[in-house]
Amino acid sequence: MHIPTITRPLAFLPPLLLLLAGCATTSTAPPALKAPADPVALSAALNRISWGVNTSTYRQAEKIGYSAWLERQLHPGAAVLPAAAQAQIDAMTISQKPLPQLVQELEQQRRDYDKAMVDDDAKKAAQRAYQQEMSRLAKEAATRSLLRDLYSPNQLQEQMTWFWMNHFNVHQGKSNLRVLVGDYEEQAIRPHALGKFRDLLASTLHHPAMIRYLDNEQNAANRINENYAREIMELHTLGVDGGYTQNDVQQLARILTGVGVNLGDKTPDVRRDKQSQYVRKGLFEFNPNRHDYGDKVFLGQTVKGRGLAEVDEALDRLSRSPATARYVSRKLAIYFVADEPPPQLVERMAARFLSSDGDIAAVLRTLFDAPEFTQSLGKKFKDPVHYVVSAVRLTYDDKIILNAGPMLGWLNRMAEPLYGRQTPDGYPLMAPGWDSPGQMITRFEIAKAIGNGNAGLFKTEGAQPLEKVAFPQLANALYYQSLQTSLAPATRQALEQAASPQEWNTLLLSSPELMHR
Amino acid sequence: MKRRTLLKSLAAASATLSASSMAGQLWAAPASKTRLLFVFMRGGYDATSLLVPVSSQYYYQVRPNIAIPKTATLPIDADWGLHPVLADSIHPLFNAGQVAFVPFAGTEDLSRSHFETQDSIELGQALDRTRDYRSGFLNRLASTLNADRASAISFTDQLPLIMQGGLQVPNTALRSVAKPAVDARQAKMIAAMYEHTTLAQQVNEGFEVRDDVMKKMSGEMLAANRNAVSTKGFELEARRIAKLMKDKYNIGFVDVGGWDTHVGQGNATGYLASRLDELGRGLAGFAQEMGPDWKDTVVVVVSEFGRTFRENGNRGTDHGHGTVYWVMGGSVNGGKVHGEQVRLEQPTLFQNRDYPVLNEYRAMFGGLLSRMYGLNAGQVATIFGTKGRDLGLV
Repeated sequence: MHIPTITRPLAFLPPLLLLLAGCATTSTAPPALKAPADPVALSAALNRISWGVNTSTYRQAEKIGYSAWLERQLHPGAAVLPAAAQAQIDAMTISQKPLPQLVQELEQQRRDYDKAMVDDDAKKAAQRAYQQEMSRLAKEAATRSLLRDLYSPNQLQEQMTWFWMNHFNVHQGKSNLRVLVGDYEEQAIRPHALGKFRDLLASTLHHPAMIRYLDNEQNAANRINENYAREIMELHTLGVDGGYTQNDVQQLARILTGVGVNLGDKTPDVRRDKQSQYVRKGLFEFNPNRHDYGDKVFLGQTVKGRGLAEVDEALDRLSRSPATARYVSRKLAIYFVADEPPPQLVERMAARFLSSDGDIAAVLRTLFDAPEFTQSLGKKFKDPVHYVVSAVRLTYDDKIILNAGPMLGWLNRMAEPLYGRQTPDGYPLMAPGWDSPGQMITRFEIAKAIGNGNAGLFKTEGAQPLEKVAFPQLANALYYQSLQTSLAPATRQALEQAASPQEWNTLLLSSPELMHR
Repeated sequence: MKRRTLLKSLAAASATLSASSMAGQLWAAPASKTRLLFVFMRGGYDATSLLVPVSSQYYYQVRPNIAIPKTATLPIDADWGLHPVLADSIHPLFNAGQVAFVPFAGTEDLSRSHFETQDSIELGQALDRTRDYRSGFLNRLASTLNADRASAISFTDQLPLIMQGGLQVPNTALRSVAKPAVDARQAKMIAAMYEHTTLAQQVNEGFEVRDDVMKKMSGEMLAANRNAVSTKGFELEARRIAKLMKDKYNIGFVDVGGWDTHVGQGNATGYLASRLDELGRGLAGFAQEMGPDWKDTVVVVVSEFGRTFRENGNRGTDHGHGTVYWVMGGSVNGGKVHGEQVRLEQPTLFQNRDYPVLNEYRAMFGGLLSRMYGLNAGQVATIFGTKGRDLGLV
């Protein structure tokens, strides 16, 4: 793995004027700012660690102190969402039916129409209904995800859930993944988002969404499919320069043979001597008939052929490799610090990764305590998800939206829909992926929709809302206490020229400062 | 097919041409006048219903419900007929020598997955090497031509993979053009906020494209009030694209969906016919709207794969492999079918189900673009990672 040895001085970073951080008061590196005392610095730190600063998050951190707030973020308890948000989640089909049941009902529906329908039009209509139901379930999952981003007290856990969903990317457009993505996020990713990397890696490997997305269902002894094996090493653990060879890809693929998905209620006829090896957990299946029981030489060491335990051994090696520590740490630093993160910070994080046996919260603690983190505040360009979520959080604070549809639509327009990245590499985390001319103009249109207060976030499908939507109040105490101070002169000048409160909102949400975190 | 032998020897001859001798026979138009519109039919269209293999008895045998009778097709040559729904749109252009078809075209990607194969095509990179998922081939083309010769734009909501890469390419969808909510005064105020930031260029360019679109469309809005029948759907979109490509943007991209016909695709009439009708009218409308500039324009129409040669149990077709690409333009070597071909019978089917790919798309586009823009072999290799193969399309 190539480790650049030259530290990029902060002065070489793009001159983005004075941004939210507002910490450009000294030219020498300030000490680690563990407990930002002044409102501007506190607001800037919260803005990066949460899905975007808003009044309630600010008040909470102010009340218990930044250190205690950060500690709670790194080691969160059960997330208690506001009742109005939780009620929306509870009403969802994906909350009410366990995944195997959901999948089986849908598959049954498909089989039924295939058998029963004779004429093409009826068949088409039935197929459309099946497709629509899958899309509806995926939309439920995306809505649930956004509600948590907006309102969960465990903001860091939610940011990390998005990060890992992107790191272990699956695409909802493949096969029946629209039914699986919600469970993947809820069961495989979120519970481990701040835990041990090894557990996270294993839980993605055992989820049907991942197995199906990267074709491991097709991977069987003497009929090797390398897709998943390659991506585990290239994208999930070691990184493309992590020191593995094509032969390691093939060996890992052999190790992964037999790891598959079983959606039905039938159990395969496993040969007698291997019956005890058969594993079925939910929709996950390990089928010994399909496994290659020969010995493998993987990353320079022999893996004795013995079934599913080989996978555990491979994951142990991968998750404890220094290459993985560096690769994952660097990606975290790109997400939380800068497009080109300081190499020394990455090295410290990687060292913590290894010394803590891949404890994600411990690695993040190293990151958040670093002076490089504090110095970077306000300078990271928001990707569309961060832009949309932070704008709605800032604008409406804890007033619970009733319809996530407009937000999902905006993410589509900006090309970053949840579960919508087709390739396994996940969405780009750096500015060039998201700051194209068309996308900037789209952001301003979205800023205006939010700023005007008529975007439809409080319009339920069907019945009209009982109360009239409160006009967004962006010019509030939080603004005057912290945000205002960090605005560049050009932004203030524009705001002064606003002809109406709506226009003032639109301009603030369109400003360069609000495009960064 | 007699033609096959001839074409094979022609292809062999052109493959031996050196870069310098190819550079001597540039296409007529200077590169900055040259316009390229790339149309992607997403979903894998049934190319067999576009260019009907009328001389193949086997075709009629294995498509008992969805084959198009020879007598119904529009004449192309002894082996092929065109879908009848294109009688007023594409066929007249074909007869005028402005449309060429390349059957057995496609990728080496065997996944038969929509998105993997679409990505393969848009990336335009070799499959057996590590791929750069951030670099599409139209972006590399625009970079190679430099800003003085290329002004690329994507007519889509999102910047597609094919246009992503080192060069900043703007994008704007023209399917539905709504008056932007951010008005001119607000745009000015927003741009002023960005004046001294690193995003100034993107913001200014974005507003500029937005204003170009509005300017070009204002005439359309006036005209729409006078015409009894207004154009809609893809034709409207394609005419708008032509308006923008006439003076400013010379490399464009647009996609058209709805081709994944697993069930009840129809034959001379029906679902697929109406999709082809809409596409055909759109492309003919584009040609007409380009006016005198049509002679300097090339439209390439592709899809990620063809479909199974046999119909399935639902009067539709499933994901296949080789397909038919279209190349259109005022100066293309049209009115005929190009590239290597094979007679379509059971033994010649790829994996006993699909068209084989005899005209690999990267080599084919390499050859085409090198003729259009006078690219040398090194430039073609930079874009496609392979040598170009000149099929004599322009």
